[in-house]
Amino acid sequence: MELFILGCVIPIVLGVGVLSISRSKAASWIAAFGVWLGCGIAAVPVISALAGHVLAPLQIAWNMPGGSLSFGLDGLSAFFCLPILLISPLAALYGCTYLAHEKKPLGPASFFYNVLTASMLLLLAARNGLLFLVVWELMAVSSFFLVVFDDEKAHVRQAGWTYLIATHIGTAALLVLFAIMGRQANSLDFDLMAKAGFSPAMATALFVLAVIGFGAKAGFMPLHVWLPEAHPAAPSHVSALMSGVMIKTGIYGLLRILTLLGNPSAAWGWTLVVIGLVSGILGVAFALAQHDLKRLLAYHSVENIGIITLGIGAGLLGLAWHQPTLVVLGFGGGILHVLNHAIFKSLLFLGAGAVVHSTGTRDIDHLGGLIKSMRWTGVTFLVASAAISGLPPFNGFVSEFLIYFAAFSGVRAGAPETVVLTIGIAGGLALIGGLAAACFAKAFGIVFLGEPRSSHAAHAHEVGAAMRWPMVALAGACLGIGLLAPAAVKLVLPAVRVVAGDGAESSAESVATAMRSLTGIAYASAGLLLLVVGLFVIRRYLPRGREETATGTWDCGYARPTPRMQYTASSFAQPLTDLFRIFLGTRKRGASPAGFFPQPTTFETQTPDAAREYLFAPLFRLIDRSLAPIRRMQRGRIHEYLLYIAIVLVLLLLWKAGGRS
Amino acid sequence: MKIMYWALPLAAWVLSPLMLGIINRVKAFFAGRRGPPVWQLYYDLFKLLQKASVYSKSTSMVIRVAPSVVLACMALCTLMLPWGELQAPVTFVGDIILLAYLLGLARFATVLAALDTGSSFEGMGASREVQFAALAEPSFFLGMLVLVLHFGFSGLSDMVSGISLETWHTSGVLLILVGCSWFVLLLAENSRIPVDDPNTHLELTMIHEVMVLDYSGPDFAFILYVASLKMWIFAALVVNLVVPMHSLTPWLQAPVFLLGIVFVMVLVGVVESILARLRLQQIPKVLLGSAILSLIALIVRLMG
Repeated sequence: MELFILGCVIPIVLGVGVLSISRSKAASWIAAFGVWLGCGIAAVPVISALAGHVLAPLQIAWNMPGGSLSFGLDGLSAFFCLPILLISPLAALYGCTYLAHEKKPLGPASFFYNVLTASMLLLLAARNGLLFLVVWELMAVSSFFLVVFDDEKAHVRQAGWTYLIATHIGTAALLVLFAIMGRQANSLDFDLMAKAGFSPAMATALFVLAVIGFGAKAGFMPLHVWLPEAHPAAPSHVSALMSGVMIKTGIYGLLRILTLLGNPSAAWGWTLVVIGLVSGILGVAFALAQHDLKRLLAYHSVENIGIITLGIGAGLLGLAWHQPTLVVLGFGGGILHVLNHAIFKSLLFLGAGAVVHSTGTRDIDHLGGLIKSMRWTGVTFLVASAAISGLPPFNGFVSEFLIYFAAFSGVRAGAPETVVLTIGIAGGLALIGGLAAACFAKAFGIVFLGEPRSSHAAHAHEVGAAMRWPMVALAGACLGIGLLAPAAVKLVLPAVRVVAGDGAESSAESVATAMRSLTGIAYASAGLLLLVVGLFVIRRYLPRGREETATGTWDCGYARPTPRMQYTASSFAQPLTDLFRIFLGTRKRGASPAGFFPQPTTFETQTPDAAREYLFAPLFRLIDRSLAPIRRMQRGRIHEYLLYIAIVLVLLLLWKAGGRS
Repeated sequence: MKIMYWALPLAAWVLSPLMLGIINRVKAFFAGRRGPPVWQLYYDLFKLLQKASVYSKSTSMVIRVAPSVVLACMALCTLMLPWGELQAPVTFVGDIILLAYLLGLARFATVLAALDTGSSFEGMGASREVQFAALAEPSFFLGMLVLVLHFGFSGLSDMVSGISLETWHTSGVLLILVGCSWFVLLLAENSRIPVDDPNTHLELTMIHEVMVLDYSGPDFAFILYVASLKMWIFAALVVNLVVPMHSLTPWLQAPVFLLGIVFVMVLVGVVESILARLRLQQIPKVLLGSAILSLIALIVRLMG
């Protein structure tokens, strides 16, 4: 356990160190070295925890009322550490080159990156409510500073502001949550909270608070509003870390609280299933309507969080219905998807970063044909696109298969509620999968295939080795998990045991069945790869010396096709976005050409976030208006503020003294 | 016995081009023509395999790899199809999920290869293909759910080998409803009338055929062969579902299965001859209708 803490401290120490050489080119490399070293050291206890060794928890006295520096590493924490230990170093390496020709000093960004990494690791090990909240805030604030790296741009400041508010709404809910739990248990230590025994009504109230608090971080609809703002604004390696890894701390928090609350009721499971379906389907629908590559990816994070939540909801329902198969495979699929999503989503963000780095634009409709100039980026992006669409032989399929498997094996004709659940999960996952495949056919097809649509894209070049190799490594991981599916599931079982409690033991048989299926899938995936290679080789030898000819694309006899006549991302997605138009509210501006001699005309579409537009904007305007009178107290004079603080402190003192006597 | 498991995949690989020939003969019969010989597709494939390829200058390696990927997916799918009581070579619990996703991978590859050419026609076809596929998939899984409810969750081979005359007595309605639902999917996924028209290549039919405009030579042979394999896969699913193989003596099962496939092909030909192609906006309704058939089957199962 000490080793783990050491691994967390090293990045911070080196991060503080590089603040002094902020302007130097070496700053980001030294900080990245800190991340590599720290993660390397922390990996040792994490792997031993996953291998089944019980690590002695670490308790250090802390003179903070209610707080104690207690750390522990069980299967759940250890599994959630994996994406951090994998993605953080790779993204740090990538960031060194990505930010290399920035004019501003890189020290602060490197510092905050290291703090973010360390705070995420510490969060997973924290075993005390207060400590958890402190680290949670550390994580939120350091990621805020990373988001506003380009703070000279107004929209970046705006995005950072949105993120800061959203994350603090979540924190507010968590404060209340831990306050109530601490009061009930008379301690903020998780061990004691687990023994507190909450009444069903209170447990449900706590569950709702946890869903709001952690959902704001994870990106449950409609609390997802910060994701499509913050991810495009942040530098790409930071988006990769935030979208791939940081939002999963919300999922971790939710699972951790669920282990403390005692027996779940079926209503909780249904809540999560509905949240999962809404986030999944609407997330991908909004993604389809985007033109900004990174914004599109941000909405896909919402979608994948939806899939994860579906799995967890199924697991909870399994606990409530006493169906061990549903418990183990539901939780297992959901939690494994955490790792899988971390891998392919960070790969996609790194790929998008490479595209931005090389062309200077994120607008999909201005790109095209990049696979010819950026071969490595193109191929790795393709792998990630297939993986996120849940297609075999990549990793996304494995976790989605587990969730399908859980749903189908839990279904009983005598129990209509299981049928409803399976319709929701199987129908929902199939729809999400189909839409995601459509969206990534668009994202990959329009950006990397065809002809360049603008001069930005025409002059693209491949990125440097430090940016390329992290992407190759992640693409390898996508394929590796797909081919080693049974091993990946063995990895996730310790985490499931923590969440499922006793339910895990009685499910050995169904786990064995699932394992056999996964072995079948692994063989089928390997067979598929061999078959593809074999057929391709045969295909190459078929013409037997006949010459290949190159010509223009057949455009139905039209003599002068230009790149501008290609299908665009907006037109590609239009039939599907039309199906979802009541949710999307896409605005169209412009007119079609009219008359015999048409004048030049323009057309544009824009899809603002519905939750932001119709839910939060009116809500905040209302709050703003009703709180306007208080503004009279705020005149911008510091001595007045100091006076307010003094008055409040004196009042508190009086209150405390009054209570004593 | 094990070696026998490979009989059906082998039959699929050898006989599937014949099936498209049968459809064309049925259509010709309805139109009062003689029509091409039933072996026409074999001649075409043989001819195409000997030719050289022409590639567009806009394309990358995607279009060169795609035919192999698509063919590999379909070949693997045929390995998962049972033949009455005769098991498939590849079978495990939940194999139908893999089957659905392999079809998805094949589609993904076809769509990307279409976008690779940069042609706006192929872009249009690709866009429509992904739209209809996203709607067809939930329908497929709903039908699957009915089967799981009835036979328990196991491999495809185990599920269909339980279908007997007895099943028809007790729950024939289910089989008919899911069978109809999957037959509609067969028409949609294989781009037949009323969803798409396989005969013309241009403006009238802009789903599947338009996506493959830029293939030539062996690549086009792969694509044509894939189309016939895909038809076989869906037909085999329907036949396995509807024909009570369990009640037949083992040596009768194979011929009956083949006859069933031929019958499905004739049915496709008849549908193509007597129906007109629907407008594009109507197609989501057809797919939704197919999902609703499966939903009704589910409700019937729950009530009974």
